[in-house]
Amino acid sequence: MSAVEIAAAVRSGQQSARSAVEECLSVIEEGDAEVHAFNLVTAAQARTRADEIDAAVADGRDPGPLAGVPVALKDNLCTRGVPTTCSSRILEGWEPPYDATVVEKLHNAGAIVVGKTNMDEFAMGSSTENSAFGPTRNPCDPNRVPGGSSGGSAAAVAAGFASIALGSDTGGSIRQPAALCGVVGVKPTYGLVSRFGLVAFASSLDQIGPFTTTVADSAAVLDVISGPDHRDSTSIRDSLPPVTDTLDDGVDGLRVGVLAELSGDGIAPDVSARLRAAIDALESAGARVAEASVPAAVFGLSAYYLIAPAEASSNLARYDGVRYGLRMDASNTPDMNTATRSAGFGDEVKRRIMIGTYALSAGYYDAYYGKAQKVRTLIINDFASVWEQFDLLVSPTSPTTAFSLGERTADPMAMYMSDVCTVPVNLTGQTAMSVPYGVGDDGLPVGVQVMAPALGESVMFRAAAVLEASLR
Amino acid sequence: MAALARLELTDEELDRFTGQLDELLDHVAEVEALDVEGLPPTMHALPIANLLRPDTPGEVLDRDEVLSQAPVAENGQFRVPPILGEAP
Repeated sequence: MSAVEIAAAVRSGQQSARSAVEECLSVIEEGDAEVHAFNLVTAAQARTRADEIDAAVADGRDPGPLAGVPVALKDNLCTRGVPTTCSSRILEGWEPPYDATVVEKLHNAGAIVVGKTNMDEFAMGSSTENSAFGPTRNPCDPNRVPGGSSGGSAAAVAAGFASIALGSDTGGSIRQPAALCGVVGVKPTYGLVSRFGLVAFASSLDQIGPFTTTVADSAAVLDVISGPDHRDSTSIRDSLPPVTDTLDDGVDGLRVGVLAELSGDGIAPDVSARLRAAIDALESAGARVAEASVPAAVFGLSAYYLIAPAEASSNLARYDGVRYGLRMDASNTPDMNTATRSAGFGDEVKRRIMIGTYALSAGYYDAYYGKAQKVRTLIINDFASVWEQFDLLVSPTSPTTAFSLGERTADPMAMYMSDVCTVPVNLTGQTAMSVPYGVGDDGLPVGVQVMAPALGESVMFRAAAVLEASLR
Repeated sequence: MAALARLELTDEELDRFTGQLDELLDHVAEVEALDVEGLPPTMHALPIANLLRPDTPGEVLDRDEVLSQAPVAENGQFRVPPILGEAP
């Protein structure tokens, strides 16, 4: 059952929230030893919460729009009193003293948290292999990666461990794993969803969004988690009209651009074939399709791999062994800081902190970070002119289907190339989502990326719904 | 760089990371060739200003709950080793 169907059944009393939760817990019990989607399964809390929802239904109180829906949370979303590790040794054992805004909102909407999902350490990676607790496997093929960094969340939804999951997307960390696991994944407009309680990676790029099996479920989750929040100073002041309301409005007359710079060189032929099929489906539904060009998009990856590490090196300065998490003993505080960070961070985090420190250091700032921020402006300007001619853009989400475990771990540059189609949208603050669209030659899922201007979620979801329906 | 970032690397890590970071820096050097003269650096991707709330006291975190997560706490404060020099 989809999340929307579970909520309807629980709200009407046809199904108990408890039974929905028990069903998920038994699927987790059976399958997660192999997949390793979860760092922690919160079975006891989930059962207690389910019984509260069922009591509300019995008393005639409104249990919320997502009543009884099991949800998995990426382990960089703070949950009060429940360990939040970012899949890092440096935060092992930490129990946050507050809930993230999105966690509060899901809770108030009646959704039930069943666990915290595995991820690349501090969301740095594209395969979920950079986890201190071991990799997550792709439920479609256990020898393949689920993508990353939100690989645990994508795998949890693909394996039926939860109806919905939340992830975070800094350079594609929701969309790429969604594509590789064959589920829907959404990166909302920057500022649409509050990031209060999301452990920061690169603050000018991070956004929280949903994973689901259907487009309608993602719309329902987005409608619950979006909206202004005074605890996040980058939160957009206005609320968006519910995306769910316009989901079935179709794409007749919409102008859809095929983003040339992200759809040509370097894209596997079987992935390109699925994009072509998706374009045909949109055209059949009445969209006007043409090629679109954003010349500066090809520099997205370079700008991203300067800006994101620079911000990360600053954000991760807080892990110093003083206030929470790991502390290694030393005779003075500076040595304690160094010993703690050296023992607590994994390779990829160390690499990014060093790139970022370098890009921000005196003498190199203008050449690297300063230049990258100007290139970012160039990319934003290029997209702005394209939005004068198009309502939506499409491209593949990932250049390839899921790669093998271990295939790219020794070669960071090859791993970084996995993000080439997804990073431009983080740099511009726009919204984008990945919609599963069939399989490649290897039988593994392919995702199509639909992009819209900032706050263009309604139109983007209409196209996603058309793509989904065209496969039925 | 590692020392600036308060990281201590083993010789093996240093060897491995140096090659990997050189490769990345070679790749990102492509941005240096771009003509972006006159373009302002992006400070915020969208044209929205900081959201400010009224400056009035609101809910705060519980001190004991926060300190319960510290590696070492004492008398309502975080405790750290000596900041200057060695412990007596």
